[in-house]
Amino acid sequence: MADVAATRSGSVTTTTAWRGLVVFVLALAAFILFWKFGEDIAPWAFEYPKKQIIPAARWISDFTKWLLNDATFGLFTFTDLTRFIAAVIDFPYKVALSLLASGLMSGPGSSAVQLLPPISWIAVTAIVTLMGLYAGGRRLALIVALCFLFIAVFGQWTSAMVTLASILVAVPLGVVGGLLLGIAAYRWRWLERALLPILDLMQTIPVFAYLVPILFLFGFGATAAVVATLIYAMPPMTRVTMLALRQVPSEVRDLGNMIGCTRRQMTWRVLVPTAKESLMVGVNQVIMLSLNMVIIASMIGAGGLGYDVLAALRRLDFGAGLEAGLAIVALAIALDRLSQAFANRNAATDETQARGFMARHPYLLAALGFVVLTGVAGLFVPAIQAYPEALQVSTGTFWSRVVEWINVNFFDTLEAIKNTLLIQLLVPFKRFLLSLPWAGVVALLAFAGFLLRGPKLALLVAALAALIAATGQWEKAMITVYLCGISVMFAGLIGIPVGILSAERDRLWRWVKLAIDTLQTLPSFVYLMPAVMLFRVGDFTAMIAVVAYAVAPAIRYTVLGINRVDPRLVEAGKAMGCTEWQLLTRIKLKLALPEIMLGVNQTIMFALSMLVITALVGTRDLGQEVYIALTKADPGRGLVAGLAVAFIAIIADRLISAGAARARARLGIAEEPS
Amino acid sequence: MSPPEAKLVCRNIWKLFGQGAHEFLEKTGGNPTLEQISTEGLVSAARNVSLSVNEGEIFVIMGLSGSGKSTLVRCLSRLVEPTAGEILFHGENLLAADEKRMIEIRRHKMGMVFQHFALLPHMTVLANVAFPLEVQGVDRATREDRARKMISLVGLTGREDSYPRQLSGGQQQRVGIARSLAVEPELWFLDEPFSALDPLIRREMQDEFIRLQSVLRKTIVFITHDFDEAIRLADRIAIMKDGEIVQAGTPEDIVLNPATEYVEEFTRAVPRAKVVRAGSVMTRDDGDAPEAAVSARATIAEAAPLFLQGAERLRVTGESGETIGVLRRDDVIELMMRG
Ligand SMILES: Nc1ncnc2c1ncn2[C@@H]1O[C@H](COP(=O)(O)OP(=O)(O)OP(=O)(O)O)[C@@H](O)[C@H]1O
Ligand SMILES: [Mg+2]
Repeated sequence: MADVAATRSGSVTTTTAWRGLVVFVLALAAFILFWKFGEDIAPWAFEYPKKQIIPAARWISDFTKWLLNDATFGLFTFTDLTRFIAAVIDFPYKVALSLLASGLMSGPGSSAVQLLPPISWIAVTAIVTLMGLYAGGRRLALIVALCFLFIAVFGQWTSAMVTLASILVAVPLGVVGGLLLGIAAYRWRWLERALLPILDLMQTIPVFAYLVPILFLFGFGATAAVVATLIYAMPPMTRVTMLALRQVPSEVRDLGNMIGCTRRQMTWRVLVPTAKESLMVGVNQVIMLSLNMVIIASMIGAGGLGYDVLAALRRLDFGAGLEAGLAIVALAIALDRLSQAFANRNAATDETQARGFMARHPYLLAALGFVVLTGVAGLFVPAIQAYPEALQVSTGTFWSRVVEWINVNFFDTLEAIKNTLLIQLLVPFKRFLLSLPWAGVVALLAFAGFLLRGPKLALLVAALAALIAATGQWEKAMITVYLCGISVMFAGLIGIPVGILSAERDRLWRWVKLAIDTLQTLPSFVYLMPAVMLFRVGDFTAMIAVVAYAVAPAIRYTVLGINRVDPRLVEAGKAMGCTEWQLLTRIKLKLALPEIMLGVNQTIMFALSMLVITALVGTRDLGQEVYIALTKADPGRGLVAGLAVAFIAIIADRLISAGAARARARLGIAEEPS
Repeated sequence: MSPPEAKLVCRNIWKLFGQGAHEFLEKTGGNPTLEQISTEGLVSAARNVSLSVNEGEIFVIMGLSGSGKSTLVRCLSRLVEPTAGEILFHGENLLAADEKRMIEIRRHKMGMVFQHFALLPHMTVLANVAFPLEVQGVDRATREDRARKMISLVGLTGREDSYPRQLSGGQQQRVGIARSLAVEPELWFLDEPFSALDPLIRREMQDEFIRLQSVLRKTIVFITHDFDEAIRLADRIAIMKDGEIVQAGTPEDIVLNPATEYVEEFTRAVPRAKVVRAGSVMTRDDGDAPEAAVSARATIAEAAPLFLQGAERLRVTGESGETIGVLRRDDVIELMMRG
C-alpha cells in the first residue's frame, strides 16, 4: 500500500522535474541570446554603470571614523569602550606572554630588564605531557611530548609560545562568551532569532574582512589579534551551546522543574552539566579555530608562528616558512588531541576516594614541581631554561635545497602542467565568466531559485547578486567565482572518486579519514607554503592550495552518503543481477546524491574561505580587495568586499541546499531532522 | 467509614498543542470535536479530562502510546500549562499559583519518577538523590543523611558513589524513585516508571513498588501503557484514548463492566480471578458461616487455594475482621470458567 503511494507520488514529481528542466533550458537559451546579442541594446546590463554605484565602502569608512572620533554612549565614548575591551584582554595576555615567552619584564620598551625568566621549555613540555597522561593515557602523553619536542628542536620555541599565549587568552574568553550568548539565546527566543542570521553571516564572511575594522578600532598589535580571534571562534561555541541545550532530554528539564529549580539552578545545575559532553565538542572547535585565526591574525600583529610564515612567504624563503608551518602543525595536533581527550574523558574513572590535597592532585603537584625545579636549575644551567641553540636542528636550508632540486629537475614538467591548465582551462573559463552580463546572471540565478524553492529564495538570491554588482564589485566577484568554481571542480574530481573508493573499503577509509582529519586541524595558512614552493605565485598556486584545503568535505560527504544508502536496496539490486558498476551508478550514487550535493556545498564554503587567504599569493579577486584594504587599513573597502564573498557563499549555499532538498524529496528520503 | 478525601481534583482539563489553541477553544464553546481540532491543525493531548485522586490511593492512568498520558500528568503538576480547566490540590487552585508558589509546592509536596529515569549523568547516586534537597538549600550533612535513608529504602546501599551509567536500568530507576521520595512528597507522580525495563525486572520493580507503598501510603498518580501493570497496582484506573478518559473505576469495575469496546479489548485477556475480589462475588451471610475466612479485598485467585482443602464455603471478612458474607465454591468455579 505505502509502496504504491510512494511510487505514484514519485512519478508525479518526476514529471514536474521534467517540466522544470524544460523551462530551465528555455531560460538558458534566452540568457545565451541576450548574452550574444544584448550588448548593444542594453549596455548597462553588461557593465554596471559607474554613476549608479552605491558608495557603501565610503559610508562604512565614514561610519567607523565617526565611531572612533565622535560616537558616545552618554557616560563614555566609543573609544573608551574599545580601550576598555583592550585593557581587559591586554592584562591576561601580558601575563600569559610573560609566563610562556618573554619572562617578567620591568622598565620601558627595549631598555626593559628581565626580572624573571619565562617557564622553562622543559617545564612546559612536562606540563602538557602530564596533561596528556591525565586526560588520555600514555599514548597521548607521548604524542604531545613529541610535538613539543619537535617545536623545541627545530628552533620554533619562542614563536610557538607567543602563539600559545594568544590562544590561552582567547580560548577561555571565547568559550565563556559563546556559552553565555548561547544560553541567553536558548532562554530568549527573540535573541535566538536575531542571532541566527548573524551567526550564519559570520561563518561565511572571510576572516580577513573582520581584521580590517578591528585593526582600525584596536590598532596594530596582539590585542587586536586576540579580539579578531574571539570574534572568529565564538560563533561556533554559541551555536553548539544552543544545540546542546536543546538536546537535553525533555525529561531532565521536567525533573528540574519538578524539584523546584529556580531559573538559575535550572541553567547551571541541570542543563549545562547535562549538556557537558556536547559542549566540550564546542570547546575543541574554539581551540582549533583560535589557532587558525591567531595564525592569520599575524597580519594585524599577533606575532608568533603565523608571523614567521607570513614573513617567510614575503621573502619567498621556503625553508623558514616550512619550518614554522610544521611547528604550527605540531601545535595543532597537540592541542587537538589534548582537547579531545579532555572532552571524552570519563569523569567517573578518576574520582579517587583518597583524602588529602597531595593524594588528590598528583598531576598538579608534579607540574608545579617541574616549574619550580627547572626554574631554579635554569638560573644556573641555561640549557634547562631555554633549549640550547647548539642542539637546534635547522632544516631551513635543507628544505630550500629540496625545493631548489625539485625546481631544477622538474621545473619544465611542473611549468608545463601549470601552463597547459592555465591556458586550456583557467583563462578561458575566467574570460567566459567575465563576459557574462551581470543583469542576465542575476536573472538566471533568481530563476533557479524560483524553480528550486519559490519566490522567496528567488528574491534573496537576486538581491544579493545585484548588491554585489551595485557596489561595483562584479568583476572581482566573477574572478572569485572562477577560482572557486575551478577549485571546487578539481576538489570534486578528486574527492568524490576517493570517497566512492573508500566508502566500501574499511581499511582504506581508516587511512583516508586519518589523513583528512589531520588536514582539517591545520590552519589554512599552512596550505600555502608547499603550493608556493612548487608553483610560485599566481592563480594556479591559489587553486592548488584551495583544492588541498577543500577536498576533505567532498570525500567525507561522499562516504557518508554512500554508507547511508539502505543496505536492503543494495541487496535488492544484487538480487536483480546488477553488476557492480550498475549497483554503484544506478543505486548507490543516485541515492547518495543529496548527501554528495551537500558535500559539494561544504567544499564551496571551504574553498571560499581559503580563497581569501590565497590573496597572499597574488590573486586578483575579492580576497585581494580585502587584503589590500587590510594593508591600507580601509575598513569600508575591506568589509564591502568581505560581504560580497559572504553573499556568494550564501547564494551557493541556499541554491544547493534547495536542490538537495528537492533531490531528497524526489528519492523519497526523509529530510534530516535538524 | 468516612468518605475518602480527594487530594487532587481536576475538572475539564484541555490541552491542545499548536498556535492559537486558546482562541480556538473559546470559539468552539470549549468543546470542539476531534475533527474540528485536526482541521485547525492542532494536536489534542487532553480533552475534557476530569478526575479526582483520593488520599492514599494508587490512581493509575492507562492508555496506549500517544493517548496523552504524559501530557495529562504534566498538566496536573503544571509542567505543561493546560489550555483550559481547573486543578485543585488540597483545595488550592494550582493554575492560579504564581511561579514562586509553584516552586514552593513542587519542592515540598510533589515528586515525580520519569520513564527514562532523568538522572543527572555528572552526579553520583548519592548526589542525584540528594539533589532536590540541595536545590532547596538544605545543608550537606542533612541532605546526605536523608539521601542515604532513601537509597537504603530502595535497596541500593553500597552503590552511593556509583555514577548512573554504571548501573543497570532497574537500578537506575531505583535511584529515580529514591530521588523523588527524598523530599517526602504528598503527591507522587510516576510516568511509566517501569516501561523502559525488561519484563523480569519490571515484575520485580512492581513488587518493590507495592512493598514501598505498603510502608509509605502515598497518594499516587501512576502512568502506564500496560493494562496488566495497571490491574496489579491500581486502586482505581482511568483509561485514556485520544486524550479522553473513556472509563474510570476500580480494576474490578473495568474488567466486569467495560464501558466501550475499546476497553473490552484490553480486558479480554485478563483472567477474571486475578481482578475480582471476594467482596464482589460473596453472597449474603445466611447464618452458619464457616470457620475458614478470607478478606473482602482478596482476589478470587488468592482465595481459590483455600477451597482445595475441601471447604464448600468461605467466610468473607471486612476491614475490621467482621463477617460480611460468604464465598461459595460454585460461584468461584463459575467465575473462573468464564476466563
Ligand atoms: N510539546 C508538544 N508539542 C506538540 N505536540 C505534542 C507535544 N507533546 C506531546 N504532543 C502530542 O500530544 C499527544 C500526546 O502525547 P503524550 O506524550 O502525552 O502521549 P503518551 O500517552 O504519554 O504517549 P507515550 O506512551 O508514548 O509516552 C501526542 O499526539 C503527541 O504527539
Ligand atoms: Mg509518555
